[in-house]
Amino acid sequence: MKDFLVLRIVAKLLIPYMLVFALYVQFHGDFGPGGGFQAGVIAAAAVIFYALIFGLPAARRMVPDGLVEAMVGLGVLLYAGVGVAGIVLGGNFLDYFVLDADPVAGQHRGIFWVEAGVGITVSGVMLKIFYMFAGRRRRARER
Amino acid sequence: MAVATVAIALQRNLFSVVILGGVYSFLMATVLVALDAVDVAMTEASVGAGISTVLLLGALYLCGGEEAKPLHRPWLPLAVSLIIVGALVYGTLGLPAFSDALAPIHVHVAPRYLLQGPIETGIPNVVTAVLASYRGFDTLGEVTVVFTAGAGVIALLRRARRRKDWESEK
Repeated sequence: MKDFLVLRIVAKLLIPYMLVFALYVQFHGDFGPGGGFQAGVIAAAAVIFYALIFGLPAARRMVPDGLVEAMVGLGVLLYAGVGVAGIVLGGNFLDYFVLDADPVAGQHRGIFWVEAGVGITVSGVMLKIFYMFAGRRRRARER
Repeated sequence: MAVATVAIALQRNLFSVVILGGVYSFLMATVLVALDAVDVAMTEASVGAGISTVLLLGALYLCGGEEAKPLHRPWLPLAVSLIIVGALVYGTLGLPAFSDALAPIHVHVAPRYLLQGPIETGIPNVVTAVLASYRGFDTLGEVTVVFTAGAGVIALLRRARRRKDWESEK
């Protein structure tokens, strides 16, 4: 759909705002609605939008397969890592109170990293599933 | 929403079924906003109407856009679903009335979360506090489920592709 001028311009206008909105939802989840899951989906949707307009190879150049697969595992590891950090610092698994001298600040820090882990995994998985399906579609067309 | 549902059931063209599914998701999201569940509404709009519509369209491209004619009469499935609907409606009669302040769910841990949550975690959005802190272990499980889904898709689709390459080389 690269040849449609209107679609291309609208996509170029919208995609940066979608990515910024994803970051906003991610890091503002403490104060407003949102959190890691929603942010991850919105970020993945921005890249999928890009892939729909400019083609799958362009999207794969921008967000390569290796990075997406790494994100899938990295988010879970980050989440579990926060839990292990709680044990190492003398608390229970996923105990955020010990992450900082001030318990409330510790909660903030724990929730921040946990949400980051959720967002990374969710956007990675959504993108990976889309890449897989879209890759098959292109292969079917070649036959 | 009822119109969208009936249209989905009657429609033979799968493309319009997918689009109507997206419409249904957006209507559901507005209902959730009206119920003050903005977090869930956001998820419904982005996942239900956005990404799953795109994925279903991708699936449609692979397997064609017309539903096959049913092989037999739908009376037995219809009877089963009517019985289930009756059982579910009967079950809702036993639930406490909508927005009943004394319902069990409102007197168990919810007041503690609402009163202590902002003090203990310093986070104004109670949904985030409950999800990430009080129920942190559950959320870890959910993330693992998402991870497993991704790993499953990778395992299934990539293996199919490799076998195809292998066959074409042979």
